[in-house]
Amino acid sequence: MTDQTMILAGKPQTWTRARTGWIIFAAACLLALGNSILPAGLVRPPEWLILPFADWINAIFVFVRDDLGLLYLTRTFADGVEWLLDVTANLLYGKNRWPRIGPIPWTAVASIGFVIGYALQGWRLSLLTGGTFVWIAVMGQWKWAMETLSVIVVAAPFSILFGLVMGILAWRSKTFERILNPILNIAQSLPHFAYMIPVVVFIGVGPKAGAIVTIIFSVPPMIRMSLLGLRKVPHEVIESGHMCGSTRWQLLRHVRIPTARTEILVGVNQVIMQCLAMVVLASFIGMPGLGQKLLQLLQALKIGRSVEIGITIVLLAVMLDRCTKAWATKQPEHFEKGTSIAVRNKFLLIGAGLSLSCLVLAQFIPLMDQIGRRDAFTISKPIDAVADWFIVLIDPVTQWLRWFLITWVLIPIRDAFLWMPYAAVLALLAAAGWAIGGARSALVCLAFFGLIAISGWWDRAMITVYTVVVAVCIAAVMGFPLGVWGSFNEKRASIALLICDTLQTFPSFIYLIPVVMLFGVNDVAVIGAVVLFAAVPLVRYTIEGLRQVPGTLIEAADMSGATRMQTLWKVRLPMALPTIMVGVNQSVMFSLFMVIIAAFIGTQDLGQEMQRALSSTDVGKGLVLGLAVAFMGLMVDHLVTTWARSKKEALGLE
Amino acid sequence: MTAATPVISCKNVWKLFGANPEQYLKSLTGNPGFDEIRQAGYIAAVRDVSLDIAKGEMLVIMGLSGSGKSTFVRCLSRLIDITGGKVRVEGQNIGEMSEKELIDLRRNKMGMVFQSFGLLPHRTVLDNVAFPLEMRGQDRHERRARALEVIELVGLSGREDYFPRELSGGQQQRVGIARSLAIEPDIWFLDEPFSALDPLIRREMQDEFLRLQEMLGKTIVFITHDFDEALRLADRIAIMKDGVVEQCDTPDQIVLNPATEYVAKFTEEIEKSRVVHAGVLAREVNGHSLTGAPVGDKQTISELARLLVNDSRDFLPVANNAGALVGAMNRQKALDVLLGEGS
Repeated sequence: MTDQTMILAGKPQTWTRARTGWIIFAAACLLALGNSILPAGLVRPPEWLILPFADWINAIFVFVRDDLGLLYLTRTFADGVEWLLDVTANLLYGKNRWPRIGPIPWTAVASIGFVIGYALQGWRLSLLTGGTFVWIAVMGQWKWAMETLSVIVVAAPFSILFGLVMGILAWRSKTFERILNPILNIAQSLPHFAYMIPVVVFIGVGPKAGAIVTIIFSVPPMIRMSLLGLRKVPHEVIESGHMCGSTRWQLLRHVRIPTARTEILVGVNQVIMQCLAMVVLASFIGMPGLGQKLLQLLQALKIGRSVEIGITIVLLAVMLDRCTKAWATKQPEHFEKGTSIAVRNKFLLIGAGLSLSCLVLAQFIPLMDQIGRRDAFTISKPIDAVADWFIVLIDPVTQWLRWFLITWVLIPIRDAFLWMPYAAVLALLAAAGWAIGGARSALVCLAFFGLIAISGWWDRAMITVYTVVVAVCIAAVMGFPLGVWGSFNEKRASIALLICDTLQTFPSFIYLIPVVMLFGVNDVAVIGAVVLFAAVPLVRYTIEGLRQVPGTLIEAADMSGATRMQTLWKVRLPMALPTIMVGVNQSVMFSLFMVIIAAFIGTQDLGQEMQRALSSTDVGKGLVLGLAVAFMGLMVDHLVTTWARSKKEALGLE
Repeated sequence: MTAATPVISCKNVWKLFGANPEQYLKSLTGNPGFDEIRQAGYIAAVRDVSLDIAKGEMLVIMGLSGSGKSTFVRCLSRLIDITGGKVRVEGQNIGEMSEKELIDLRRNKMGMVFQSFGLLPHRTVLDNVAFPLEMRGQDRHERRARALEVIELVGLSGREDYFPRELSGGQQQRVGIARSLAIEPDIWFLDEPFSALDPLIRREMQDEFLRLQEMLGKTIVFITHDFDEALRLADRIAIMKDGVVEQCDTPDQIVLNPATEYVAKFTEEIEKSRVVHAGVLAREVNGHSLTGAPVGDKQTISELARLLVNDSRDFLPVANNAGALVGAMNRQKALDVLLGEGS
């Protein structure tokens, strides 16, 4: 069938779809309006419908843990990880364990940082990597930062290895991929805390639990990227490998994996960023380091010191991100003939020389070895002063905003969400599903939210939904205009994208610092943090979408005499919409994650319950709550991708 | 193996893509057309092709995109498993070979050059060229020595340490050619090797290729969609359309006697006199009295144009390189080729 006939054939179909959607929507409205006269079983899921998923999961867990003896296996693995952690802990911050030679002087670490940065991209990256370590040392945060880094150093290689192996298996076996795919989908939309609870059960608390939860959490993107990379190897390269007489193993080892290098290294980048995000959060299960410090300081409302730690985390994130990205995009370059071995390996030699000399010097100059708390700088006082001044200055505004938002926006909307009969919500979602993707999508929506309804957490879930909806709407109101403004010209767009990318590397925890500073610990702060976190992908994809509109289309619009506004509304936005919707999708995902994390500054939604499940190590409850959050995300993801795909097809973009 | 045994021999080779091609092929009776097969839900890439390729011969497979030529060449090296028929390489049925035997065959007998080069991006020129030697486990020094030899052969000396992306398209293809020659293959497959290059470089690479072939004398299967290229290089041309070989013959015969309308369409635009050689037009002497200096059988009609126009003889003697008489060429026939019939 040609494209044209497909579009023609598609037309009546979408029309009926939309009509069915409207009919279901009308039914949903009727259900909502008749709230007061509806039987109780339609307003809230009746008792008999609620299934004890948590108990079932707990029963399975107990069986697996005790009867199958998985506990021994996990504990053994954990002991191995702990041994590695002890080694890195000794080297990086001098924990009293084998090999008992640490800690390495901070100057040696920083000098290696400088050299790695320079070797990867040049002096700018060198300043970033080296400078980060200098900042950490000078601010007296060396031990905490090294506690955090020592876990990443152990966890990331495990994740990378697991991810690569799983990726290869999925690439080899279609069946395995088919099984793995839904698991990965759920895994990538489960909130961080849902991972922690089973780990606490199987391994306990502390650094090794932190390391293991980090490994588990950061594997999925590596699997995805390895699979993608292996798939993308050009056909002819593989054929050339065959014709050179490679065996299967040689082909994998010498042809496929090296050719997929860029994707695999992008996977490495994602693993390391996920690791950092998780390590910071693992403070909730007793993982020492920067995250724990930040948590304590935030809870004590010590803004100045938390900003210091926040800067360190941000610097680490940006540094790790830039270094791994530089590594991924770095292409091999040849040396001219007759280049000596010393020049060929100059970075290795310089790095070794510098760190060795630092090592020696540190024996004589204690400050080059370690900077203790007494000698460290701090900028917390001036930050506190500025923050206080600023808070007092804008206090009338924040006070009013807080009052306005809580009384006139948040509480009414929340009450409206809670007032809705669950049957009406389900019908509403089914209507949306039907309008977008027909009966199948309607069923998918019903299944996801139906499961939430019969899990017994409906009210909590609705509060989560309300927070996310409000936050994404506010983020959209701020983000779209910013995105449109940012895409004005190429230069501005690239700067805006750089800022967005940098903001996206920050672990979610960081976003809590400014909102707690401005609004204190309450609902508005939660919404604020979620809005900040969710706005970034919106801005990013709006710019991305608008920028990708083909130049010829804009020229055509210009030559048709369109004004700039007309071009924007009639040409650029419609073409960019599918991409923008990807941003909306990501924004919803991010909001869900953030809402759950923000639970510890006080919410009444699923997140709060999850924190409770964490402190009472209730695996069943924790997983049920986590899955409820994941299902919300997956439903939105399903709707948006279905919509974007049909839209892209209609626009001929794919 | 005697000299007469073809190096590669295809008997009724079929390649169908679809749900269950083997079973479908068995159910076929007669010789259904491309569209008929397509209606049954299968794509016929190669249909009932039988061909023999002799030692030292250069067979050019010519066809437009989608004609099945690239699939066919992959059937010959078993990069793709065929659906029906037999492919024999030096007498062995490659369809029955184990994976190990197949790898051995490729490591020792076959080389292949690809349209978009198929170079390994993470390896230098030297390491790319040495790759097939590495695969068969030769030691470092031997590998290096041999690789440098072929790199010099293709004229890339001094660029051994470059990475593929640092080279131009023409240079990259030279690396591809060097790599395919590293193991000294007997059979050389070239899948549209010059199609990705711009016209000037393409011409240069064709000359280079002819120079190499003169030196090495391999059995070659060369794929192209460019009829001029085919005429320029081939001993024999096989023209493919919808998976079927429409005609397989020498360039002279294809130009003089196109077998089907499809082939004729290609030959229409061709200046025949540049393709047809005197030797092809030479007939048995049959008692004609031949006088004067003979023309060489390898000379094209266009090279002889001035002579043909000015000469007054009806029949010209044609002699081969050694000076032996091959036959007599009707001057009128030759002029027809030169000027077009009936004009």
